Amino acid sequence: MNNESKLETVKGSAIKKQKSTKVSESVSFLNRKKWKDAGLFTLFVGPVLLAFTLVVLIPFFTGIYYAFTDWNGITGTVKWVGLDNFKYLFSEDKQFQQSFMLTTKYTVVSIILTNAIGFGLALLVAQRLKTRNLLRTVFFMPNLIGGLILGFIWQFIFVKGFASIGELTGIPLFELAWLGDANTAFWGIVIVSLWQGAGYIMIIYIAALQNVPQELIEAARIDGANRFQILRHITMPLVAPAVTICLFLTTASSFKVFDANLSLTNGGPFKSTEMLALNIYTEAFVNNRYGIGEAKALIFFIVVAAITVLQVTISKKREVES
Amino acid sequence: MGSRYTWKTSIVEILAILVGLVFLVPFYYVLSNSLKSFAEILTNTSALPKVLIFDNYVNAFEKLDFLLVFKNSLIITIASNIVLVIFCSMAAYMLVRTKKKISNIIFMTFVAAMIIPFQSIMIPLIKTAGNLGILNSIWGLVFMYLAFGSGMTIFLYHGFIKGIPLELEEAAIIDGCSRFGVFWRIVFPLLKPITVTIVILNSLWIWNDFLLPSLVLQDPELRTIPLATFFFFGQYTKQWDLALAALVIGIIPLLIFFFTMQKHIIQGITSGSIK
Repeated sequence: MNNESKLETVKGSAIKKQKSTKVSESVSFLNRKKWKDAGLFTLFVGPVLLAFTLVVLIPFFTGIYYAFTDWNGITGTVKWVGLDNFKYLFSEDKQFQQSFMLTTKYTVVSIILTNAIGFGLALLVAQRLKTRNLLRTVFFMPNLIGGLILGFIWQFIFVKGFASIGELTGIPLFELAWLGDANTAFWGIVIVSLWQGAGYIMIIYIAALQNVPQELIEAARIDGANRFQILRHITMPLVAPAVTICLFLTTASSFKVFDANLSLTNGGPFKSTEMLALNIYTEAFVNNRYGIGEAKALIFFIVVAAITVLQVTISKKREVES
Repeated sequence: MGSRYTWKTSIVEILAILVGLVFLVPFYYVLSNSLKSFAEILTNTSALPKVLIFDNYVNAFEKLDFLLVFKNSLIITIASNIVLVIFCSMAAYMLVRTKKKISNIIFMTFVAAMIIPFQSIMIPLIKTAGNLGILNSIWGLVFMYLAFGSGMTIFLYHGFIKGIPLELEEAAIIDGCSRFGVFWRIVFPLLKPITVTIVILNSLWIWNDFLLPSLVLQDPELRTIPLATFFFFGQYTKQWDLALAALVIGIIPLLIFFFTMQKHIIQGITSGSIK
């Protein structure tokens, strides 16, 4: 704004000199300038704001309204039902409760494992290995492929690949029907998410490890610290901010898992691996119960938002402390 | 982090290579089996193919209508990137340079909305889009990508533009350049590094996205690669010879993109996530 007002005075005084204008004219000039600024603002911000309002904001808020109705999308009438949808979800809808618990379990397991493996991989390729660049590419590659295609790839591995390895090696773990049992199918989804996510998290940890000053490590080594002590007392505290970022990224993405869930198990066997996002999808677009689907979506939003706000607050606090 | 290559490092190297091989095993299974006959897949899953059979690829390529779905994916990804870069850079620029309350409110709304999961929007969105008649249209989908990508794109541009000094723009304005001209001729070229990051992140997301296009594009002729793969798999369940070849065909464009842009992609992901 500073430059604009300066400019205004420059232009304004120029005009005054030239035409020796009256006060009223300079006021109208200021007004015109204001309108021009507002027009420019609309021109620059308007298009994306319009798309955003129509596609994100309005559906989001109408969705909240529909969570309290019996909307089914077919009959024209939408009746307000108060908290009935939520009561139904928490008392009768066992599938929803199970999906909720399963998604929570999945999120916790995959956050821990993805970060542990991602950090481990980062430590590996941070060594002076001859193949480090190649390995980095290999670890990262699965991340490029979308969850849907990854799920299909692993469907083949679990169904045919594991059976074949089991036959060749006789290891009982590979002889199980992985996708035919609720417990192993759950771990199947975890494996797919690890294969996809670990390389991504690794990239962020590599960047953090590269920022650890070598002098510190050298100094510690001279003081007689061993590899593990250096890792525990120097490297780990210095990459802590990256840990926060990675926890945040993995929490949000795990809680919202959909594609791999759909393509690997499609919720099966017998809906035992149906995560929340898939449960909402089924409720809305298969059962056509939009009102209840929206109630689920609202709960889903509240959980995701709470996690995010918590994460951001914690990481901000950390930044201030350090 | 040893300074010299010792025998300890070589043990770590062997370990690392083993882990790398484990990561590659799924690719090996898919690739080698996609070149086998159906009977051989069933009897000989782990071994290399005895004879290379490329018929699977020819068949899958035709049945997927791959040229068409590839074209659809390409149009959607490129068009969405163009509108995202143009409109979000403009908006972010104006929001940074207009020091008013309204700019802050708009910016915070864009950022805050990033936490809304797609599932919380999709039901009313798809119903309204159906009523407005913008379902089944690639341009309707591009419009939605502009909206869904705007939060992150504006956020990244906003952070970058804050670091650009005003002096350049002031000089140009004094020389008689309009605000519009200042932005496109002076500011936008300076945004190149962050634009590369943004285009990479958005491309990977849009190219691989499944749920939104599956709800918007119901016409088979409009299908993208993930959609076509999904329906193909549903139709040829257990016909692994065709299904695996289709998966490989679906992955190839991504791998080409990755190997030509590897450096930018890794940099983009690092800077995109840290901000």
